[in-house]
Amino acid sequence: MCTECGCSHRSGPAIRVDGQPLARDGLRRVVDLGLPLSAANDAEAARVRAHLDAHGLRAVNLMSAPGSGKTALLEATAGRLAGRLRLGVIEGDLATDRDAERLRRHGLPAIQVTTGNACHLDATMVHAALHALPLAELDLVVIENVGNLVCPAAFEVGAHASVALLSMPEGDDKPAKYPQLFRMADLVVITKADLAMACADFAVDRATRYLRGIGSHAPVIVLSARSGAGLDAWVDWLAEQRGGRRASAQRTP
Amino acid sequence: MHEAALCSALLEQVARVAREQDAARVVRVRVRIGPLAGVEPELLARAYAVGRIGTVAEEASLEIELATVRVRCRACGREGAASPQQLCCGSCGSADTQLLAGDDLLLTQVELVARLH
Repeated sequence: MCTECGCSHRSGPAIRVDGQPLARDGLRRVVDLGLPLSAANDAEAARVRAHLDAHGLRAVNLMSAPGSGKTALLEATAGRLAGRLRLGVIEGDLATDRDAERLRRHGLPAIQVTTGNACHLDATMVHAALHALPLAELDLVVIENVGNLVCPAAFEVGAHASVALLSMPEGDDKPAKYPQLFRMADLVVITKADLAMACADFAVDRATRYLRGIGSHAPVIVLSARSGAGLDAWVDWLAEQRGGRRASAQRTP
Repeated sequence: MHEAALCSALLEQVARVAREQDAARVVRVRVRIGPLAGVEPELLARAYAVGRIGTVAEEASLEIELATVRVRCRACGREGAASPQQLCCGSCGSADTQLLAGDDLLLTQVELVARLH
């Protein structure tokens, strides 16, 4: 029995902390921490990167709103890679494997991740898909994220670089409206340039100003998957992503 | 977005700290959320009110500390406050800034009641 207060606590005299008496059921303790809530997914993302590094590979996270032309861009890219770059794709959608099928028809190894109700890919899903790709036969992995300008920005997938697509019909102010996603992009690609005449309100220099305004220094490439215009700069940038070299595409000031 | 999933991650971390500290229960949880974290504090609080039930933090209050956006200007070197919509330097107006704080999403403190032995 405790000699100080007569309680049945066996460990000795009552302890006072900052003048507070011993709580009825034990000592109160404050623990200071600095734990990111994303720690579990971040740790998995680090494991994805380690897995890629072990195969001498890098990965690019491709993000945009639904329908901006991510899959179409990869289809157009497939035809321009011969002998230069061997690409593998992890394709994220809520439902169907239509996009992975399209890419396979263009000769790209593609693994479909159907997320069900999840609106973004996370590192766990990407890690599982990596095991199904023929990594030894690839030079670069592209992770085509679920079409969504909000959620993918909050979830690391283990990529080494990120690309944000913005199609002309969407309007040039999207970087200002979705700053988190556009700010994290290492490259911004303006797509559907073949529709420039019909999208008279879209100004590339204004989109670039919005991008700079959110603190992004990312280069901007304008292209059309349909016409092929601007694709060379995109393929050059992709090729530069392999083997750890940083992008050196012309920056739009 | 995903405040429910984040709440689960939060409660898992709190439970782990409680286990490591050999705590009987948790009485207070403090998090710091920045405006660029992509999280609505109110939604996290609502998810927490329900999510904590049945866990070691069932009776723990949630304190949300709102972080501010701070940037360092690469052009003039000044550090100062900024906003999510306007990340330019408050002194010289340059857009060439580096984010110092504002995307925080951290568990910063837990108050525990130790287990008796």
